Amino acid sequence: MNDMTPSREDRVANLKGLGTSRKRVEDARFTQGKGNYVDDVKLPGMLFGDFVRSPYAHARVKAINTDEAMKVPGVLAVLTAKDLEPLNLHWMPTLAGDKQMVLADGKVLFQGQEVAFVVAEDRYAAADGVEAVEVEYEELPVITDPFHALETDIVLREDLEAGADGAHGPRKHHNHIFLWEEGDEAATEQAIGEAEVVAEEMVYYHRTHPCPLETCGAVASMDKVNGKLTVWGTFQAPHVVRTVASLLSGIEEHNIRVISPDIGGGFGNKVGVYPGYVCAIVASIVTGKPVKWIEDRMENLMSTAFARDYWMKGKISATKDGKITGLHCHVTADHGAFDACADPTKFPAGFFHICTGSYDIPVAYVGVDGVYTNKAPGGVAYRCSFRVTEAAYFIERMIEVLAIELGMDAAELRAKNFIKKEQFPYTSALGWEYDSGDYHTAWEKALKSVDYEGLRKEQAERVEAFKRGETRKLLGIGLTHFTEIVGAGPVKNCDILGMGMFDSCEIRIHPTGSAIARLGTISQGQGHATTFAQILASEIGISADSITIEEGDTDTAPYGLGTYGSRSTPVAGAATAMAGRKIRAKAQMIAAYLLEVHDDDVEWDVDRFVVKGAPERFKTMAEIAYASYNQAIPGVEPGLEAVSYYDPPNMTYPFGAYICVMEIDVDTGEHEIRQFYALDDCGTRINPMVIEGQVHGGLTEALAIAMGQEIAYDEIGNVKTGTLMDFFLPTSWETPNYTTDHTETPSPHHPIGAKGVGESPNVGGVPAFSNAVHDAFRAFGLRQSHMPHDHWRIWKTAHDLGLHG
Amino acid sequence: MIPAAFEYHRPADIAEAIEVLQEHGDDARVIAGGHSLIPMMKLRMASLEHLIDLQSIEVLKGISIDGARVSLGAMTTQHEIIADDALAAAAPIIREAALQIADPQVRYMGTIGGNVANGDPGNDMPGLMQCLDASYTLVGPDGTREVAARDFYEAAYMTEREDEEILTRISFDAPSGGHAYEKQKRKIGDYATAAAAVLITKEGGQVASASIAMTNLSDTPVFSEAAGAALEGTDCGADAIKAAVAAMLDDIDPGEDNRGPVEFKRHVAGVILTRAIARAWSRA
Amino acid sequence: MAKTHITLTVNGEAKELLVDPRELLIHTLREQLDVTGPHIGCETSHCGACTVDIDGKSVKSCTLFSVQANGADITTIEGLGTPDELHVLQQAFREHHGLQCGYCTPGMITRAHRLLQENPNPTEEEVRFGMAGNLCRCTGYQNIVKSIMAAAAEMNAAQEAAE
Repeated sequence: MNDMTPSREDRVANLKGLGTSRKRVEDARFTQGKGNYVDDVKLPGMLFGDFVRSPYAHARVKAINTDEAMKVPGVLAVLTAKDLEPLNLHWMPTLAGDKQMVLADGKVLFQGQEVAFVVAEDRYAAADGVEAVEVEYEELPVITDPFHALETDIVLREDLEAGADGAHGPRKHHNHIFLWEEGDEAATEQAIGEAEVVAEEMVYYHRTHPCPLETCGAVASMDKVNGKLTVWGTFQAPHVVRTVASLLSGIEEHNIRVISPDIGGGFGNKVGVYPGYVCAIVASIVTGKPVKWIEDRMENLMSTAFARDYWMKGKISATKDGKITGLHCHVTADHGAFDACADPTKFPAGFFHICTGSYDIPVAYVGVDGVYTNKAPGGVAYRCSFRVTEAAYFIERMIEVLAIELGMDAAELRAKNFIKKEQFPYTSALGWEYDSGDYHTAWEKALKSVDYEGLRKEQAERVEAFKRGETRKLLGIGLTHFTEIVGAGPVKNCDILGMGMFDSCEIRIHPTGSAIARLGTISQGQGHATTFAQILASEIGISADSITIEEGDTDTAPYGLGTYGSRSTPVAGAATAMAGRKIRAKAQMIAAYLLEVHDDDVEWDVDRFVVKGAPERFKTMAEIAYASYNQAIPGVEPGLEAVSYYDPPNMTYPFGAYICVMEIDVDTGEHEIRQFYALDDCGTRINPMVIEGQVHGGLTEALAIAMGQEIAYDEIGNVKTGTLMDFFLPTSWETPNYTTDHTETPSPHHPIGAKGVGESPNVGGVPAFSNAVHDAFRAFGLRQSHMPHDHWRIWKTAHDLGLHG
Repeated sequence: MIPAAFEYHRPADIAEAIEVLQEHGDDARVIAGGHSLIPMMKLRMASLEHLIDLQSIEVLKGISIDGARVSLGAMTTQHEIIADDALAAAAPIIREAALQIADPQVRYMGTIGGNVANGDPGNDMPGLMQCLDASYTLVGPDGTREVAARDFYEAAYMTEREDEEILTRISFDAPSGGHAYEKQKRKIGDYATAAAAVLITKEGGQVASASIAMTNLSDTPVFSEAAGAALEGTDCGADAIKAAVAAMLDDIDPGEDNRGPVEFKRHVAGVILTRAIARAWSRA
Repeated sequence: MAKTHITLTVNGEAKELLVDPRELLIHTLREQLDVTGPHIGCETSHCGACTVDIDGKSVKSCTLFSVQANGADITTIEGLGTPDELHVLQQAFREHHGLQCGYCTPGMITRAHRLLQENPNPTEEEVRFGMAGNLCRCTGYQNIVKSIMAAAAEMNAAQEAAE
């Protein structure tokens, strides 16, 4: 017996495990300017690549003259589609089953599209080289309206065989990509046809962009001596990039090493493969030197994966008492010039069919028509969990419109239709099995916290004061109760380019009791090095401070599908827990051997195995680790290691209740956020501090999206918002303080009961802000006004409602 | 992101600077704080072969207040303007306006000279200087002359300044009465959606004088004499303000951009001017 | 084009360099001097990730030619604190979760340092106004503001204790 044995509480605290607001290990290097981002990578002899890009949204490329560019001092080569064709790399497959030009092949299809790749000794020479390339274009008519795209004779994708099926089935028009459907259309239309009340609305979620602070980039280095290609890059899915690189280049995967170093924000912008990566790799292979490509901000906004652009036509039916009886949604999805959506293969509209949301809706139907236009490719990005942001916005707007139609309070309407706690696991009319939820508790807590009744009273008084001419400011209360679906996903139906969406964790315990664990995910700021150590600490009884977490190097990390769609905790977090349990299972055998008892005679207690009924006899994990290296244990291999590849049985379904209180100046269109309350339920909470930070950040992205941020085009496809002058990123001044709160409804199928949370604030935030704007004008007759709610659009709403006298 | 190549000059005095301008004509440009010019150069929207850095020319620096006459060297930064308490006492409107320009880093480098000489309709100082009836000192090969701010702006990026002249000083009489610089913008760092500079003096409960200038509502700043005249001799009540707004609306010619359509800009121009007048009046 | 010889003091060390006139200070720092703390987030001088401290001013180093900075005294994040003795701001940002991906952090802390020199006891509003030249996509600013307020409080307490 050791008199110095710390108390159980102390032992738990020492672990810094689940539930503690452990300070981040990453911060040491980031606060000292010692991060290692892609543009920090410098190799001897490194060259620099830069793109010539199309100023036109739709044009034939008649000629490319590189003579003058080649005369620029420092310029070594200019690659065009002609140079990539022999390697069959002038086009590449997209994650959505389409193909995309790497360099312009006969024509260009969006403003900013890559036309030629200049390789030079430094970035200044490359920039000069880009200016000197002469391209002859012949302009073609431009299509920016997805509805018009399905009616026009103008063919955008001349490379696709007319009449042939696309990757997701028949294409009904040359600019059509796919029709994807879920639910029972006939039953839904019947329910709606028979309903007492029906509300119909077109809800548009506009095009925007994830705009992480660090743009995309890569350094490709082909080692001709060893035949090995190494690529550093802004990759949210490094293993997938390696597999794709192997398929495209013909170099075997064991000779490709992909490294995602520190990444300055991803938000889904860094999932797919961009022409810049391919060109850097080709240039490196051709020159035998490392080649770096770093895009600038305009290039990032104009050509990399955009987000949203969903026209969602909704019909929702209910009894006159407000019980919803059916939901119909048709989406016209503007995918731009190539379908480069980063969705799991079988889901060309992602998980949009979560759009029944938090509500118990008996019948529903969703149909999504994907459409080509002369805009940048992409679609799924920006903390969207694969179109869940669109789905949540859709249903939370339809609820509000239904409330108007019913003359009912929107909070009450929601509560009346929530899936009840007892109904979980709940299978929605669109086929999802929600794992767990307690919406009523969350909702009541939220409403109480903001004094909802008091706010409605205040609002009613404000409306009267406005009508009396005493004030020009309206008050809006924006409500949202969202349910989202994250943690892709079960291998049986979730894959990225054929790779099942499992994830992995590999743990090795060292002789002196510390450990290293490698994962198939990659943090872009989410703090995995801190939080995954916490999961492990609680499983294996070694302090998180003694556990190194590594990600991102495909030579050492087990295969994983990367980090996006809030999948890391649900999938890799589960793998981590399961690998930890394998460690503990072996540790149990070792402990039993050391204590000279049977395996079943010891039990786990925080950080040690204790003999049942004899608590003074125990072995700590540290002692067990040493023994695994030091002792010859019959039937047990030396060492202490485990690997888990986790195939999740289901997604997880975090949910939340957000309430936004907003003041609107009717004359200038300006807004002020008086209060924002966000309650999130992500099941087991690993690090409350990190969760809170994620919510603050996601809400600020949502604020931007709802209140002014957009990727806008004019009628001839010019990008109007291609710099940070016009692409709205709020500063610290425009951003309010948020009040965060939580409930905890664990996921029954997850090893530690955790769900994802990173994307919830963007999913729930946008409807909360947008609903606040709508709610401010509800008393004056507003039903629907499209985002973004920037000054002039709010002003126009007020104007059209006759509020300017 | 990368500007085209150029030759760099850092003259020790004005004469040397003018010499370089004369030698290279419109292939040469001066740089003050650089926070308008360098972004343009990085986008390759401004091309020049000779850059003349004014930072070493002492006569371009300094704030002097001599009696009622305020004189600002062209290289005075927005930060220096904000920090100068004597200037804030003499002309509080200028600190109020400067705080609404750009962000802290840009204000450390951006100069009043650059802000007024550029001819960018989005800059705030030109309209403000017109409101203050400031005068710009221009020095060129043929000597020195003064041009009133109200006469200086011809069109976007086109001013009264000849290519070989350098704007060296901005001077005005310290105003009395009430002031307001009101600016609607989408976020900190943005140009104005609409901005109004207003100076009002009060005598016997009536407007004795009123000076009104608008920013980013035309291809130049707009000094609206008629708007000021509409207030003079009134009690600055609702009707007078309405008249001033109507007069101002006749003088501006806003264009549509990402901030909004013309109709919206005209409306908020009126709202912003109304608020500026009310605030200036309350301080008069 | 012949290169220009300039001298910069960077984080206390004198550096002699040859630069093209058009070479931006951010590139000189990152490429020639391997000072990679300041980052590039845009090309229109909006984001502030490149912020350094020059002769007592917060400056976006992407909007300055190195030749303009000849003779200047430049501090970057690398010059604030040491691994053994972190700057109060560096500690506060860790304590209060004022960073996530870390990309805006060098510029953010370098600017905060100058802000607290300008105003050692700012209100929250003054912090938000004073930091509006630095964009962040991850944190939503709330914990950045908290970190800076905490650092200010600690620096003021230390000052008072010293007096």
